[in-house]
Amino acid sequence: MGSAGLSRLHGLFAVYKPPGLKWKHLRDTVELQLLKGLNARKPPAPKQRVRFLLGPMEGSEEKELTLTATSVPSLVNHPLVCGPAFTHLKVGMGHRLDVRASGVLVLGVGHGCRLLTDMYNAHLTKDYTVRGLLGKATDDFCEDGRLVEKTTYDHVTREKLDRILAMIQGSHQKALVMYSNLDLKTQEAYEMAVRGLIRPMNKSPMLITGIRCLHFAPPEFLLEVQCMHETQKELRKLVHEIGLELKTTAVCSQVRRTRDGFFTLDSALLRTQWDLHNIQDAIRAAAPQVASELEKSLGPQLDTKELPSREWSWESQGPSFILVPEKGAGH
Amino acid sequence: MALSAQQIPRWFNSAKLRSLINAVQLTKCFARPGRTLLHGFSAQPQISSDNCFLQWGFKTYKTSSLWNSSQSTSSSSQENNSTQSSLLPSMNEQSQKTQKIPSFDSELFLEELDELPPLSPMQPISEEEAIQIIADPPLPPASFTLRDYVDHSETLQKLVLLGVDLSKIEKHTEAANLLLRLDFEKDIKQMLLFLKDVGIEDNQLGAFLTKNHAIFSEDLENLKIRVAYLLSKNFSKADVAQMVRKAPFLLNFSVERLDNRLGFFQKELELSVKKVKKRREFVYFYVCKFTFMLTANKRKLTETFDFVHNVMSIPHHIIVKFPQVFNTRLFKIKERHLFLTYLGRAQYDPAKPNYISLDKLVSIPDEIFCEEIAKASVQDFDKFLKTL
Repeated sequence: MGSAGLSRLHGLFAVYKPPGLKWKHLRDTVELQLLKGLNARKPPAPKQRVRFLLGPMEGSEEKELTLTATSVPSLVNHPLVCGPAFTHLKVGMGHRLDVRASGVLVLGVGHGCRLLTDMYNAHLTKDYTVRGLLGKATDDFCEDGRLVEKTTYDHVTREKLDRILAMIQGSHQKALVMYSNLDLKTQEAYEMAVRGLIRPMNKSPMLITGIRCLHFAPPEFLLEVQCMHETQKELRKLVHEIGLELKTTAVCSQVRRTRDGFFTLDSALLRTQWDLHNIQDAIRAAAPQVASELEKSLGPQLDTKELPSREWSWESQGPSFILVPEKGAGH
Repeated sequence: MALSAQQIPRWFNSAKLRSLINAVQLTKCFARPGRTLLHGFSAQPQISSDNCFLQWGFKTYKTSSLWNSSQSTSSSSQENNSTQSSLLPSMNEQSQKTQKIPSFDSELFLEELDELPPLSPMQPISEEEAIQIIADPPLPPASFTLRDYVDHSETLQKLVLLGVDLSKIEKHTEAANLLLRLDFEKDIKQMLLFLKDVGIEDNQLGAFLTKNHAIFSEDLENLKIRVAYLLSKNFSKADVAQMVRKAPFLLNFSVERLDNRLGFFQKELELSVKKVKKRREFVYFYVCKFTFMLTANKRKLTETFDFVHNVMSIPHHIIVKFPQVFNTRLFKIKERHLFLTYLGRAQYDPAKPNYISLDKLVSIPDEIFCEEIAKASVQDFDKFLKTL
């Protein structure tokens, strides 16, 4: 069971990171739980070793000594002497979430760690729900930071907020096109831009492909943000800037990732499900989708049976834009 | 020393401890390069102590037959060995083996054996002597694991049979070296009898020793003093046994440290003046039931306490009744409390209806918690967790 268990432990899966947990601790916890599951199999039968004992020969009258070979149990393979069978597993981490944020976090095990690089290079967008609180400003844009300023927010209405969000989306749209290194004068590029399918395939600052307000009940408001190349701190800063644009102040009380590429909340494993069995099932369930999405994102390959790799056979540099429509892309 | 060649193996079998110590001295005499971790353990106990002689090839063989020849008081054997040089002292005394025998480049004998002129390896020997040469593969002089020595050390074998996890102890080199040198009959048995005296059962000894392997370096007298101190604080023997079982390092603390910790917990829980009289009984009850707190992490305790008191608004006197909240993970308390708040069922005041006691909040498993306390399904709880 152990080796069979290990062979099924290669691939990507998503967990739900709760707030207040460092990503490193999460990774270590998952590794520990997997090792626990793998080490739970039965220990092997005790080894025997041969010893030659000196003793009187049977059936002889004199005291003649002879060597007899006996097999005595050896403690060399005893589990209390060797320790557990598995002591280390390669568990890799996808796009990180900081301590206060929560949400979908992609992990890779064994050979799946290679796929993490592929996922990173696919430059897929991510979905967040961001909860903001009007009326105060803190130094680290979080609710429990050091208070810098307090303001009134009675003048803020839903329309004003929507207008600001539309402005933000527009400016980021421009940045999207710019960082995609796309010449908009061509017909194809124009059509793609019209359909909203452009995104940069190399490094860029945080780009928001879509933002809208889900719920507005002052002082609280809930935003849904679709972005790429972001950090959670930049999202909190975004909330702060929205507050400033509204001529008041705002802090961010929750940042929660609901989608990372093609992993959604439904497939994310909760803390109680971080064990060998559940993770193996999650890897198996996600495997076909992972393979197809990565293949689409990284471009056509000559050998479609293999998982896509970074090498490009027909261009020295990969294309800087991509034509693939994504699930839930923009509005 | 009247030894015959046949008696040599038996002699070695019986001189386990001596050979251990002598081996240490042996290795001190040798300049053995590359000795790393479990050092000083070359060619050790009982059966394989013959190996140490065979390790150095023919020299050992010379030694064994030398003893043979030393038995005979006649000088005929001397003549046989006349080819060797005559640097050796007289054979009648048991002299210290400090002189070098020319054909050897290192000291070889144990203290009690006489120095004898070496024999040539080409010399024919009888069948009986040949049969008594034990040629097991030699033990590694230094190793990073106790696996190499477990089959040859009675101490280690007995410890494994007791249930001690050697793979954990071998990570601490000092403890592992100590275990290799200790003799089961002399040292370890005393400690085991003392622990049984304190009240630890046979089947729990293994787990205890695995956790607290440093106890072998503690002085038995100090341990007895500490147990006496705990008993003097009006804890019964059974309570002390449970304390030691739950917190194995308790016995390693000095008496002052134990005193300080008990005092710390009294202060932390801010017992009112009225309870000063009951303090002794309280500490007694408290320490017995919740020994983990004596060895717990202070920062985590204060975080949990802060959440339970300030966020959940539970007054001190109720927290005091349920100290096990400090043993559960903070995230568990947080998640369950937030779920109950979301459902509107977070009622921790015993006077009001729908009261939920703290121990029910933390100690029951998830399914029962969801069904009975929260009156919701586990799927709802999971969905809620994904919104946090």
